[in-house]
Amino acid sequence: MAKIKIEDLKKIKDKVKAETSLRAGERRVKVTVHMGTCGIASGAREVLDTLISEIEEAGVTDVVATTSGCMGLCSREPEITVEIMEQEPIIYEYMDTNKMRQVFRRHILNGEVQTPFVLAKGAERTK
Amino acid sequence: MLELSMHILDIVENSTRAGATLVKINIVEDTKKDIFSIEIADDGAGMDEDTLRKTLDPFFTTKEVREIGLGLPMLSHSAKSTEGDFTIESKVGEGTRVAAEYKHSHIDRQPLGNITGTLITLITGNPEVDFVYCHRNGAETYTLDTRDIRRELEGIPINNTEVLKLIRENIEEGLEEIGINEQ
Repeated sequence: MAKIKIEDLKKIKDKVKAETSLRAGERRVKVTVHMGTCGIASGAREVLDTLISEIEEAGVTDVVATTSGCMGLCSREPEITVEIMEQEPIIYEYMDTNKMRQVFRRHILNGEVQTPFVLAKGAERTK
Repeated sequence: MLELSMHILDIVENSTRAGATLVKINIVEDTKKDIFSIEIADDGAGMDEDTLRKTLDPFFTTKEVREIGLGLPMLSHSAKSTEGDFTIESKVGEGTRVAAEYKHSHIDRQPLGNITGTLITLITGNPEVDFVYCHRNGAETYTLDTRDIRRELEGIPINNTEVLKLIRENIEEGLEEIGINEQ
């Protein structure tokens, strides 16, 4: 049976400890992929998958990916919320893997809001 | 939902929203008995009898942002449309158990699909929750228990990019070993 190697986990542990001691402010961006029934059915899982692999490829440690529930605008799923520190959150609608890559590279890394995909500005409310 | 793994993601999201700290996902594939079964058990808040009775009503939800709740009705429908079965049990304060059984060879049984993506999504979005994924295919079994990984990490978040990468590789390798093709 495939087993996660303990040495590999130890390596990551040491690396993360070394990185954290060097870093001042740790979380610059939080990206929330809405993962309600509506989001999942329209492809939110693949959007999150793309986001995770973009974070991995770019090698950035100050971008955090997370998930939330549905916020009641099911017809515009998949939706994501990009929150950059000290900026107003941006909610994107009708996301797919290509748009996710574009938003990651242009907005999250370079700070240019991708207006054509924007649904709204401001915080979300999910319950 | 096009894949069973999407249903699983959706139902486990219910568990985490109910405050579960441990969610067990069991999949059994038995081609001799022609069964594909999915069982999801959590230690979340649970439901009283009245709520439990309403879970399969698509116009019932506990959410406030909209008035429909399709997750469980769609899972139940997908199982029953393959001559399968669906059960849900719950106790307040103890947790909920959802089981869906499919006829393995039925033409309407959805494929399992990207279960790796489902598990990675769950761990990423709910780093404080533990997941045990157990997949039996005939005589072979693959198990992923995040409690084992967490113990080794000693406080490093389990949703750290490199830890996730390791977990992803482990799932892909493990499923291949027991003969699961995710397409």
